[in-house]
Amino acid sequence: MSENAGLRGTVWFRAITGQASSMPGDPKSVLTSDAPLGKEQARFLCVVPDPNARFPGARHGEVGLEEGYTLAARVREIVEQDKGAIKRPIVAIVDAKSQAYGRREETAAIFLACAAAIDAYGSARLAGHPVIALIVGQAISGVPLTHGYQANRILALDDDGVVIHAMHKAAAARITRRSVEELEKLGKKIAPISYDVRDYAKLGLLYKLLHVENPEKPSEQDIRNVQDELVGAVADARRGPVDLRNRLESKEALEMRRATLLVRSKLEAQWLEN
Amino acid sequence: MSNLPSISNFISRQSFIELDARERAIALFDEGTSRELVGPFDRIESPWLAMQDVTPQEDDGCVVMKGKIGGQAAVVIALEGAFQGGSLGEVSGGKMAAALTLASADNEKGVSTSAVVLLETGGVRLQEANLGEAAIAEIMASILVLRRHAPVICLTAGTVGCFGGMSLAAGLCSYVVMTRESRLGMNGPEVIEQESGVDEFDSKDHALIWAIDGGEQRYATGLADALVEDDIPQIADAIRNLVLKGPPPVYRSSQVELYRSRIAALDTSRQWDPKELRALWSTKDSTEEKQ
Repeated sequence: MSENAGLRGTVWFRAITGQASSMPGDPKSVLTSDAPLGKEQARFLCVVPDPNARFPGARHGEVGLEEGYTLAARVREIVEQDKGAIKRPIVAIVDAKSQAYGRREETAAIFLACAAAIDAYGSARLAGHPVIALIVGQAISGVPLTHGYQANRILALDDDGVVIHAMHKAAAARITRRSVEELEKLGKKIAPISYDVRDYAKLGLLYKLLHVENPEKPSEQDIRNVQDELVGAVADARRGPVDLRNRLESKEALEMRRATLLVRSKLEAQWLEN
Repeated sequence: MSNLPSISNFISRQSFIELDARERAIALFDEGTSRELVGPFDRIESPWLAMQDVTPQEDDGCVVMKGKIGGQAAVVIALEGAFQGGSLGEVSGGKMAAALTLASADNEKGVSTSAVVLLETGGVRLQEANLGEAAIAEIMASILVLRRHAPVICLTAGTVGCFGGMSLAAGLCSYVVMTRESRLGMNGPEVIEQESGVDEFDSKDHALIWAIDGGEQRYATGLADALVEDDIPQIADAIRNLVLKGPPPVYRSSQVELYRSRIAALDTSRQWDPKELRALWSTKDSTEEKQ
């Protein structure tokens, strides 16, 4: 697994928005920029490492207390500004290896800081903002839940450095009482536990898997292609409903999430019997 | 609620914690009004566990019941902590997300329907990793819609507690109800010890765990709305009161500026005695109400 978590986030943030800084008063670990996307302006957000962060548990690009509330504040700001107006797109650029694992974080309720970001992203989507997640590196454990999974459309780079998972490999192997090798072998047969983004794409949660020539150092062409795909995802999100049903209706989901679809249809049928 | 129970109360109480998920759900409804949906006889089990030599269960550890609470339509969704640690897999997570969505649809049709989620869970089931996580994201999206119409009440009674991604879902709920035995936190003590070392968190130090994650602390710092004894009538009363109260004026997870300023005011150069936070985080600004 890449030790460079967070570097790609900064690289892609700068490539797409032309800068990589935080808003005044914000921690340096949350990049926010309003930049052109196609013919309109969009708000871009990314969590990156800040070796001088106030919280010692969040100095390597983890999503911690400050990161959760800052994401929440910067998303809510756009929702507030666009009330009664055209809803600008909100783009979460994702490359973070985990939430912050610290005693301070638990004591000060990191669960609520993450919930605040989820509330903000989800409420923005419900208000009609196209919310797009672009996964350029790692998105593990609480990261995709907090910063990405409330998006209308999720895009990921088609690259071995992209890892989307519920828990990093060593910990998942330990908890399920397997060796890392056994876990990798099982992942080839069982797509939901695989660490390979191509297996992840089989689950039907992604809008698109994007090929780029150089994900660490994108070329002009790579950047243009990804921007075009973001514009396409925004347009597609605006055409669709504000809920997440596209993750159940994709052709991959019809195959891979059969049990989800079965339980939903049975529950609906029995719900209505009265 | 600040007094400790007297010994006679303690002896005569009817334990809620000792009930399984199905019994817990029934106990919250007006008597005789509940019926289970997609129960074990529908035999929808996880398609992923048997492939990994784990025995599945025919309700996948998630019980959905519809009925009436305080005379109003309600759905109770209870996770069974005794099955795979209450973890969320494709089926259990899908069931919860679907039930919350159906409750929203009823509200939109004019039938006011609340939801009570009984969270005894470590979070995502690692044998179904990304599909469990996807289901949790869909549960969150459903809570955000439903809570606008009617209360979504999280009850974590113990003994598993509520951890991982589902603690974030708890953070989105209209109200959180806890017992002293229960815990609410994102990262379990073992996970913190493993990732950050025993000096950061000694997972064998039970007093420390409950001092941070325990119901009494979460209630005293305004992060839970009611603290109840492990007693069936008292818990059912607390839930009924919150159902009848309707949605709060503001959700805890929407109070970003308040919590951001609270975090900014903390001294991060040292570990804190969790009791310090009780003095700093006055409860008057949050959605809660003392019972």
